[in-house]
Amino acid sequence: MRRTATSAGLFAALVVAIAVLPKFLTDFRAQQFAYVAVYLVALIGLNVLTGYTGQMSLGHGAFMAVGGYTTAILMTDHGIKDLWTIPAAAVVAGAAGFLFGLPALRLTGLYLALATFAIAVATPAVIKKFEGFTGGGSGKNLFGVKELTGGIAPVHVLGWKLNFNNWLYYLCWTVALVLYVVAWLLLRGRTGRAFRAVRDSETAALSSGVSLARYKTLAFGVSAAYAGVAGSLFAIATTYVNPDTFPVQLSIFLLVGVVVGGLGSLTGLIAGAIFIEFLPLWAQDISKSPGAPGVVYGVILIGVIFLLPTGAAGLLRRVASLFRGR
Amino acid sequence: MTALLVLEGVEARYGPVRALRGVTLEVGEGEIVAVLGANGAGKTTTLRAVSGTVRRSGSIKLAGRALSGGPEAVAKAGIAHVPEGRGTFAELTVTENLRLGAYTRRGKIDADVERMAAWFPWLIERGDQQAGTLSGGEQQMLALARALMSRPRLLMLDEPSLGLAPLVVREIFRIVRELNEQEGLAVLVVEQDARIALAAAHRAYVLEVGEVAVTGTSAELRENESVRKSYLGY
Amino acid sequence: MTNFLQQVVSGLASGGIYGALALALVLIHRATGVINFAQGEMATFSTYILWTLTQNHGWPYWPALAVTLAISFAGGFGVHQLVVRPVERGSVLRVVIVTIGLLLLINGAMTWIWSGEVRSVHSPFPTRTIDMGGVAISIQDLGTIGVSIGVVILLGLFFRFTKVGLALRAAATNPAEARLVGVRVPLLLGVGWGLATMLGAIAGALTAPTVFLDPNMMQAVLIYAFAAAVLGGIDSPVGAVVGGLLLGVGLNLLGTYVNFVGADLRLPAALSVILAVLLFRPAGLFGHRVVKRV
Repeated sequence: MRRTATSAGLFAALVVAIAVLPKFLTDFRAQQFAYVAVYLVALIGLNVLTGYTGQMSLGHGAFMAVGGYTTAILMTDHGIKDLWTIPAAAVVAGAAGFLFGLPALRLTGLYLALATFAIAVATPAVIKKFEGFTGGGSGKNLFGVKELTGGIAPVHVLGWKLNFNNWLYYLCWTVALVLYVVAWLLLRGRTGRAFRAVRDSETAALSSGVSLARYKTLAFGVSAAYAGVAGSLFAIATTYVNPDTFPVQLSIFLLVGVVVGGLGSLTGLIAGAIFIEFLPLWAQDISKSPGAPGVVYGVILIGVIFLLPTGAAGLLRRVASLFRGR
Repeated sequence: MTALLVLEGVEARYGPVRALRGVTLEVGEGEIVAVLGANGAGKTTTLRAVSGTVRRSGSIKLAGRALSGGPEAVAKAGIAHVPEGRGTFAELTVTENLRLGAYTRRGKIDADVERMAAWFPWLIERGDQQAGTLSGGEQQMLALARALMSRPRLLMLDEPSLGLAPLVVREIFRIVRELNEQEGLAVLVVEQDARIALAAAHRAYVLEVGEVAVTGTSAELRENESVRKSYLGY
Repeated sequence: MTNFLQQVVSGLASGGIYGALALALVLIHRATGVINFAQGEMATFSTYILWTLTQNHGWPYWPALAVTLAISFAGGFGVHQLVVRPVERGSVLRVVIVTIGLLLLINGAMTWIWSGEVRSVHSPFPTRTIDMGGVAISIQDLGTIGVSIGVVILLGLFFRFTKVGLALRAAATNPAEARLVGVRVPLLLGVGWGLATMLGAIAGALTAPTVFLDPNMMQAVLIYAFAAAVLGGIDSPVGAVVGGLLLGVGLNLLGTYVNFVGADLRLPAALSVILAVLLFRPAGLFGHRVVKRV
């Protein structure tokens, strides 16, 4: 119980910190931190699948694409306000994830990684092909569309006036924190235990009465729904989607973020999300070459696997236990 | 008789479990030595300690030289270990298994293959068959032949009788005995079936929870009724 | 009919390339039990070395290729010893993540060293066509088919008849036993990685003349190679090559005669092959056992 109280206290502190942060940020930085929230949502989703149930996905960018395109198509072709497209993106991507989860039941470890990787590589081609629906190679532009909140005039919320980037910041972080709590509630209970049982030993899970098929597909659905929301927010934040908005690299970066943050942990994922957003900028200090971020990502990914297999979360836990004098 | 393999105070553990608690034993040149004992007494671990597939401490010497390092180095030093459960390469052919047996040696191996064919005539005609498709007895013989391909100074056999028909077991021990008599091959054999092992071996050690409980010549052990009853179970 | 035959021949040529890279994947899968997601990047890196030697240093093609292959072998061996070997015994997930790290690292390094600009690599074969019974066939296609089949035969001979090849098979299929007969398993698995990287280099050198050389050159080819390896059976070297050829011809014919697929849906078609095989015949065409690694 005390642990729950501590967690709640820390979480409240986090919420306050996030709420006041924009006061100290430039407009541009606020937008970058909005992307951190977007990545956080996607990372939570991927971690439900990979960290908690041990099913590896190298194709979560594809589910983000489903969410992003759901939002873009609903906004531009059906005149639906951006906020309402977010739950729609969750439902569509979640359904796609659930459907993919059914055949994925028959794929273990490596083969699942391979199949999802192939999906991530093939997605842009599929988007291009169905031009009438997706806008093809030229994509869909959301900027200047009246369904985009804050795109034209500042947003008024509870008497506050927010410019577009600050609005994005609060929108993305509100969604991210709500979904963070939802994931926390989901994972600490019965479902979370069943997920971990699936990961740690399929045989043991079977013999203890956990329905493998049910929880594996459930994990896929939940995970993809999170990715869909992230994709939706991504589309709103960039105000533009095209087939290259969700390249295979995005899927890989998500995996990097989860590994850096810590497989099977939620708190570390914030570090993972910050890492994904800001590493390309830090890498610029090493070299101006566009290849530098890739090199740094790769080195850090391998380094984390070698030195910190539990990621940032494990590091935090170790530091915390030092302070407790253990 | 000069000592070929000498173990002194050898200990080994699997995690927290001490499998060997100071085993001291010796195999002379041209000698067949059996290691007997109940399940879990440390028989297999003794062989694994020699070949370096388990973490061990204490002194293990082959012809006066300390054996250290992993199984590759031990194989190179001249010890051929036929592990429990045959240990053939199931996906490779009979001939390929034999070629691998001679891996540590340089030069031609045709003469050795012919020598093996004299002991196991069927090996040649079935050379292209996958080892995994052989019967249990044939696989054990192939494992034996593969070990001999390295021209070992010491052959280590782990439970060669396991799961085989009595007739096949007798055939295997007959061949081991003849190899010993004709070529002076030294053998360290671990066996559950004490009766058949004592019939073939010159001397034997009985292990009990990781230590040598009794040792003596095969004849002595066979004739000592209390040993037979309490350790050998017949 | 002549068009059909031409499509088949050019399909065989691209299929040979898929087969070569698939074979590299199979080699590493047999040695380390994982799929090397960096295989495509490693192949492209080798191709850049070839480009540097021929274009920047003015070397003739064949010596440059020989040196490229040697460097590739050493590189693959080094990668295995340095970053794969330490995690090899752990969970598959960790090894896969390490290969993903390699993918990012090598891809970035190529952009860093050679910039992202596209380069062109010459083919060792003339681009003109010859007439075979009314069918115009490009010599480059024939050369590509010849090289890939030749490489496979050489590799088969190596595994069958040399001591190192045999030891490599033993180390891959049964490492514990292999150590008992004196095989230095980690070293040989490194040799496996080296050979796979050499195969990748060949695939890259054959790919580059028909497209342009850039850091992402082998990305799509890698997916086709995945499909080929899965189709043939991920543990079967013969299957990888046959799978590659089938896939090359199949995709070419599909692209030519099924309007909906065209050139755009080749990747999704390969993806469907992967999924269909994994779901309905996980051992592939030539795999003799169901591989299950959790």
